[in-house]
Amino acid sequence: MSVVEQTVKPYSREWLLSDRPQSRRQAKLGRAYVVWRRFGENRLALLGLVIILALLFVAAFAGVLAPHDPLQGDLRNARLLPPGAEGYLLGTDDQGRDILSRLLYGSRLTLLVVVLVAVIAAPVGLIVGTVSGYAGGWIDAVLMRITDIFLAFPKLVLALALVAALGPGIENAILAIAVTSWPPYARIARAETMTFRQSEFISAVQLMGASPFRIVMRHVMPLCLSSLIVRVTLDMAGIILTAAGLGFLGLGAQPPLPEWGAMIASGRRFILDQWWVAAMPGIAILIVSLGFNLLGDGLRDALDPKEAGQ
Amino acid sequence: MAPMDTSAVTRRPQRRVPAFASALMRFIVMAATTLLGLLAVTFFIGRVIPIDPALAIVGDRAPQHVVERIRLELGLDLPLYQQFWIYLKQVASGDFGTSVLTTNPVLTDILRVFPATIELATVGTIIGAVLGIPLGVLAAVKRGSIADQVVRVIGLVGYSVPIFWLGLLALVLFYAKLGWVAYPGRMDIVYEYTFTPTTGFYLVDAIWQGEWDVVRDLFRHIILPGALLGYFSLAYISRMTRSFMLNELSQEYIVAARAKGLSEARIIWFHALRNAAVPLVTVIALSYAGLLEGSVLTETIFAWPGLGLYITNSLQNADMNAVLGGTVVIGAVFVGINLLSDLLYRTLDPRTRSR
Repeated sequence: MSVVEQTVKPYSREWLLSDRPQSRRQAKLGRAYVVWRRFGENRLALLGLVIILALLFVAAFAGVLAPHDPLQGDLRNARLLPPGAEGYLLGTDDQGRDILSRLLYGSRLTLLVVVLVAVIAAPVGLIVGTVSGYAGGWIDAVLMRITDIFLAFPKLVLALALVAALGPGIENAILAIAVTSWPPYARIARAETMTFRQSEFISAVQLMGASPFRIVMRHVMPLCLSSLIVRVTLDMAGIILTAAGLGFLGLGAQPPLPEWGAMIASGRRFILDQWWVAAMPGIAILIVSLGFNLLGDGLRDALDPKEAGQ
Repeated sequence: MAPMDTSAVTRRPQRRVPAFASALMRFIVMAATTLLGLLAVTFFIGRVIPIDPALAIVGDRAPQHVVERIRLELGLDLPLYQQFWIYLKQVASGDFGTSVLTTNPVLTDILRVFPATIELATVGTIIGAVLGIPLGVLAAVKRGSIADQVVRVIGLVGYSVPIFWLGLLALVLFYAKLGWVAYPGRMDIVYEYTFTPTTGFYLVDAIWQGEWDVVRDLFRHIILPGALLGYFSLAYISRMTRSFMLNELSQEYIVAARAKGLSEARIIWFHALRNAAVPLVTVIALSYAGLLEGSVLTETIFAWPGLGLYITNSLQNADMNAVLGGTVVIGAVFVGINLLSDLLYRTLDPRTRSR
């Protein structure tokens, strides 16, 4: 048997798919390979991945890619030019600014919002959920009541009220969206924790004298991560849409920042004659949130074949 | 499991009612604590986060004596827990404060505008359910086919598109360019003088009064925002219908029905869909609640005089009482719909009863 294993070349397909991995790393890589294969079979998911990679690329190199200054326009010669005008691929807005350049720079704001919301909300949800699920009893009851209360608010409405109190601005918008985003993560982390709270490996660590803190941090949380990542990815689109909605209402990023939602709001006045000013940023939002939705769907199907196709 | 089942069968008449009553009790307690939590959050947003809540209510440009008066009215000199207690008592008696913008009590304003939102969300949900359920069934039956992919993409786009942007584009196309629908607003100005609504639900009122001109005009106004909201509810409903149907179609009773020689259409529409309908009720209720939220942005685009427009207008004018009152009302309706759909699910699905 071992003779057969040894003839397999390391890192080859057979090595990765082996039923008897010789090392932890081989097992891990093998699992990752299987997930990747399943993910790769789904063309729509690959499209989503390409869109998100493109978003990252554009955000990183906006300075190089943008043909014009995103904040300073040519008021004299280039007001409200249609798409395809010389030097302005997607046209210009009412202040003579190149819409393409503004969209490219705006991708940074979009990315900033989703990343910061994820960085704030996901750990909060993870901690609340795992502690709640592992501790049980009254701690669980109290934490879940709090979670339910935040779930009871429609996201956008709570975010609106929060921003109204905090004052408009992109930082406050991010904070408000984060406050409305964590409860589903707590629910998921709790459900995951409950499924293996009674399992043997947890009992084994308990017998070895590990503190509850250590068990939650080292043994419970890592196992909740994959379902949490899927959920966060699927939520990204919703976060982008909420941020754009806040921007549209003038509560998010303030002018002259090229936030996509605010750009739609400023193009609203010209929508009948210069439709592109409002239309272009909307297309950008649609593409990016579609990308996150496709990627999230694909990840869910790849990581959890049980739910595939639902 | 087995002994419990037999006892359930023999003592069913006595057992079922108390079980339902205790479930109802639990729901009421849950609803009450959630509502209390909602109020705690809005209290926190309105009174604790702003540096000076009095200024947040009257605005920066209010004269000093007005600020002082509001400060005393709010009881800002009292400790926080007493303030919260006062706030609770006020809300319990229907007092959400006065709107600076309209100078009416906030509750009066909300009761005036809410029917418009409910009407819009209802039209949206009807459109979403009528189109979404057949699409979901189609996708499940033809799983993996082109039709399935198309339904999936329609749904995904619905999840990904900014509603206010789609609304703007739809207005340009269907109102400005094609002239198929009426301009933003709830009805033509002409009718505002001739038509006197009795309940606030204009469509119902107009049909009741037999004013068919008004009905047609109302329809021309509601169809576009309603269809837009309907699209969002369609995205959700079709996706869930598909997954429920896939679940039902893999059950053994479907095989049995096929073996008996029933037609495929009968199996799908009468046997499978009937069982999928139970969880679908919950989904439709949830999407209805979701549309109340979606109406905030839709109403601002379509100048629809509902709660969403009221909240955003108040926001723009820093009218904090109105914003928080609207938030509490939408939150409370949300909680109510959630609990109701849960109760409904338990009543409709016999399997959940004996547990």
